[in-house]
Amino acid sequence: MTKIPVEDAFTAQAAAPPKKTVQMPVGVPGYTLADEAREIPASEPPVWPINKDLKYVGQSVQRYDGMAKAAGRARYTSDVQLPGMLYAKFVNANVPHAKVISIDTTDAEKYPGVRGVHVIQHVLGNAVLRNPALDPVKYPVVRYAGQPLAAVAATTPAAAEEAAALVKVKYETIPFVVDPAKAREPDAPAVFPGPADEAASAGGGGGPSDVKQTGNIHGPSIHKRGETEQGFKDADVIVEGHFVTQVQTHSALETHGVVADWKPEMLTVYASTQGTAGVREELAGFYKIPLTQVRVITEFMGGGFGAKFGAGNPGVVAAALSRKTGAPVRLMLDREEEHLSVGNRPSSDQLLRIGAKKDGTITAIHLVAYGTAGCGTGAGCSGPASNLYKSASLHTEESDVFINAGPGTAMRAPGHPQGAFALEQTMDDLAVKLNMEPLDLRDKTDEHPVRRVERQIVRESELWKSRNPVAAADRGPVKRGVGFAQSVWYRFVSMGSSAEVRIHKDGSLEVMSGVQDIGSGIKTVMAQILAEQFGVPPSQIAVKVGDTNYAEGPQSGGSVTTLSLTPAVRDAAWQASQKFLAEIAPALGATAGDLVLVDGEVRSLSGKIEPLSFKRAASKMTSSQISVQAKRVPDYDPKKYLTYGGVDVAEVEVDTELGRIHVRRVLSVHDCGRPMNPVQTISQINGGIIQGISYTLLENRLLDPVYGLMVNPDLEQYKIIGSREIPDIDVRLVETYIGQSSTDASGIGEAAGVVSIGAAIGNAVYNATGVRIRRTPMTPAVVLAALHAPAQGKELA
Amino acid sequence: MNRFSMADCTTVDAALSQLKDGAVVKAGGVDLLDRMKDGIEEPTRLVNIRNVAELRGIRETDHGLTIGPLTTLAEISDHPLIRAQYQILSDACGHAATPHIRNMATVGGNLLQRVQCWYYRSADFQCIRKGKDLCFAFDGLNQYHAIMEYATCPSVAPSSAAVALLGLNGSVELSSAKRGKRTVGIKELYVVPDANPTKFTVIEPDELITAIVIPKPAPGTRSAYQKYGEKESFDWAIADAGVVLEMDGDICRRAVIVMGAASPVVRRSPQAEAALAGKTINEETARAAGKVAVEGATPLSMNAYKLDLFPVAVYRTILLAAGQRDRDPSAAG
Repeated sequence: MTKIPVEDAFTAQAAAPPKKTVQMPVGVPGYTLADEAREIPASEPPVWPINKDLKYVGQSVQRYDGMAKAAGRARYTSDVQLPGMLYAKFVNANVPHAKVISIDTTDAEKYPGVRGVHVIQHVLGNAVLRNPALDPVKYPVVRYAGQPLAAVAATTPAAAEEAAALVKVKYETIPFVVDPAKAREPDAPAVFPGPADEAASAGGGGGPSDVKQTGNIHGPSIHKRGETEQGFKDADVIVEGHFVTQVQTHSALETHGVVADWKPEMLTVYASTQGTAGVREELAGFYKIPLTQVRVITEFMGGGFGAKFGAGNPGVVAAALSRKTGAPVRLMLDREEEHLSVGNRPSSDQLLRIGAKKDGTITAIHLVAYGTAGCGTGAGCSGPASNLYKSASLHTEESDVFINAGPGTAMRAPGHPQGAFALEQTMDDLAVKLNMEPLDLRDKTDEHPVRRVERQIVRESELWKSRNPVAAADRGPVKRGVGFAQSVWYRFVSMGSSAEVRIHKDGSLEVMSGVQDIGSGIKTVMAQILAEQFGVPPSQIAVKVGDTNYAEGPQSGGSVTTLSLTPAVRDAAWQASQKFLAEIAPALGATAGDLVLVDGEVRSLSGKIEPLSFKRAASKMTSSQISVQAKRVPDYDPKKYLTYGGVDVAEVEVDTELGRIHVRRVLSVHDCGRPMNPVQTISQINGGIIQGISYTLLENRLLDPVYGLMVNPDLEQYKIIGSREIPDIDVRLVETYIGQSSTDASGIGEAAGVVSIGAAIGNAVYNATGVRIRRTPMTPAVVLAALHAPAQGKELA
Repeated sequence: MNRFSMADCTTVDAALSQLKDGAVVKAGGVDLLDRMKDGIEEPTRLVNIRNVAELRGIRETDHGLTIGPLTTLAEISDHPLIRAQYQILSDACGHAATPHIRNMATVGGNLLQRVQCWYYRSADFQCIRKGKDLCFAFDGLNQYHAIMEYATCPSVAPSSAAVALLGLNGSVELSSAKRGKRTVGIKELYVVPDANPTKFTVIEPDELITAIVIPKPAPGTRSAYQKYGEKESFDWAIADAGVVLEMDGDICRRAVIVMGAASPVVRRSPQAEAALAGKTINEETARAAGKVAVEGATPLSMNAYKLDLFPVAVYRTILLAAGQRDRDPSAAG
């Protein structure tokens, strides 16, 4: 089951306002576009036509802050310098499992330059015992190497580091386990003394809390539709596979961190976060202070991928140190801490069986999955198996396996790259067994209207046409293959999303929201919406985001930002423009109903007055400022809910002597509703493909089995994709209208290729070599082992 | 990182006079500063030789080449004479690390970099190379470790330049204020861990590499180096091969075959060299040489795949040196 990663689902209820009926474009231009009626609130702005008929929205507009970022002028959290600011450094556990007997801070406190030491009483992120009394009370139990225990604030980073090394921690070590397979054995050391659960963040992750726990096995969480036993009896063919995927860390360019400035009247926190609102809530809740006394600022953000929600240990500890020292405190994690303690994509170990009729009709899907989110939960990966294909029966069983490693968090499409890796390779096996073309098989069993269009685009592509349907056809040691896979993601709406638009008497325009731009470009899109409404270029709009002093924005997780916020921006802009026309009408000797704002001019419908520029019209305002705040209205027709699709084709060369996979080309065909700014959308898909290749071929958090420490907590031995591994990526945006809001935008962050590219590579490797690789990362060692395995279809150990 | 003082020197004599009381030489600083930041070395005094002009540059002599140890990897790989007559060295320096690092890293520093074993590189593991008793790789994670000659420590030789210089029979000139100069062959420069696990090289604390000397290749010499990683951009070798062929028409008079990532110090493969001597170079003879290059190798628990990789690295690099094959795209980084 896929967990809904935002608090407000699309089903949220609204008060019943007056309605109007409008015709909206729905479908894919060139394929299925037609008008559909929608009954919408009467206060909603006029329906926008499709992108080709808009001037700014839907165009590839240069990134609002691109120059600032390229020139180094953008101020990220670690660039924040406040007068008297102190530098903090964590003291982290260097054993994987222990009771803490004592923490002696005497020497650290006396060290020159040190202004404060804080010992952590409540560690965040780890799963929490259902019965907290099972843990000792004085200090949190160390459940992974790298768990923060204390922190030191000093006048220089060097003094903080040196003093942190002087904090003496006495441990009573407890047997540990870091191998997820061993952790499942009945006599394995227990990570928790009783059942424990981790809640989801705004970006997803977390796991169910209503399941049993046996030893380290938290689950299973079982979901059924129909009877799979009967389904397999009805099947003409059955395919199955055992898939194993590794733990990946988020590895954003910017590490986690904050600058906390706790003054008596206000706690101001500069945070690298995907949710300014969530950081504020967690800090206010933790310190029991009103929300009005916490302000969170995220001017620029260097990547999160799901790991940066809430204040977390860095936020809470920096605030404590700031309160204690009376000075602003900066606490930025280093790369090692980033790998160890602030999240990861859980592993998976999946047994997947699919039964089908000769014509491709699926009769049964059966998935048993284990995965580890370290000392957290959230390793479920059944989303693709449950949501991509029509099947007469479905049975999924998912369990989290606790190990002594840092807690997992949401990571870009939680569970889906893992699940799709297994599902889409098994579908490829099914196509082979049925002697069906992979696209035809999907046409038979996948009802999604947009993926159908996407497959058609693939079918007509040069890359797909170049695929040899016969596997392992090349003779030399280097073999070429082409593979296809599909993805799915869901439409979540963050209903609180709000924005304010202001028109000033000098004709300048600004738009504000607490939303943070995590790199996907929401600032630019906000400017485009105002530009469209007022007929001025986007570069002339002032966009202000990333501050809880503004109207609440959505937290950026689950691909919610654009689709949640842009209707609020448009509604505010529209309502502001209506107020504006009403306010200037008397000065022009016109009635408000006679005036319209078109192409940057105020015009009279009756022709009674000469058109005048927006700027001149603004000078007629009677107030100095017109301000309108609007909040997201619910989707126009929730019954017409549609998931997001996206399909990917990978072309690989496999050097069968070296076991090396080189991804040469990728064709990425994706839908994201109305693309608000295609160049930014394509950029996100490029990023998804690149991150997905890196996951599939390279990245791996490696824990020493004897000592339980990560051996590659850097970006050198934690191998992450570099420029030479990046293929030519051909992105085709499938413009899709679903008639759900005043902008009709959707999301792309998760469905941006990261879900399906791994399976597409696996299927391409099969096409190249005739060998199925069911394990990631597909390193030379893994590939050579698979190529040398005696019989086809045999699983890797 | 610990606090330290630093002496900036601009002449060899000044630098040598500073090399006392535990002072450590810093050239490009690429590897030394990594070790200091990772807390595995804590020198209290650095002698910065980065700006000693006399230690930088490439000179052709009657006997071959003399290269200043501060010459960067980029300068060596781009040098026209080295590209033409010492291809193995140009290849090795041109494919180490990343373009950025090659612009900063000196060849002397590259030769003296420490092993990349993750246990050695972590302050949490006090291993035998740091003067303690244990090696953690034998029972731990050893997928990138040695397959040969690793009784004490299975870390692998990290320097690509060392592979090339061993192939070219190069040597280093060491200078000391007290004892003057001495010349040491590349093979002899490195101390095998079985002999002394903490020593790494024969260089004494008061010595500086003042020159790298490479004899002129025999007529008919062709050479090449290829490095294979799990990725092309910025990765350490999981297999590599340096090949020097002295050709007499179609016949290989003499071959030198060197491997780096197979053992704790760079090593030649006498079996592979013997397999080529007196033979015509073609795919068959090259593969035969590659096959025997791993004779006697005994993999650890996680690196048996290297037994497949080295024969391929060796045969393909022989063919590359002989002009019968293009550089592998996967060895291009």
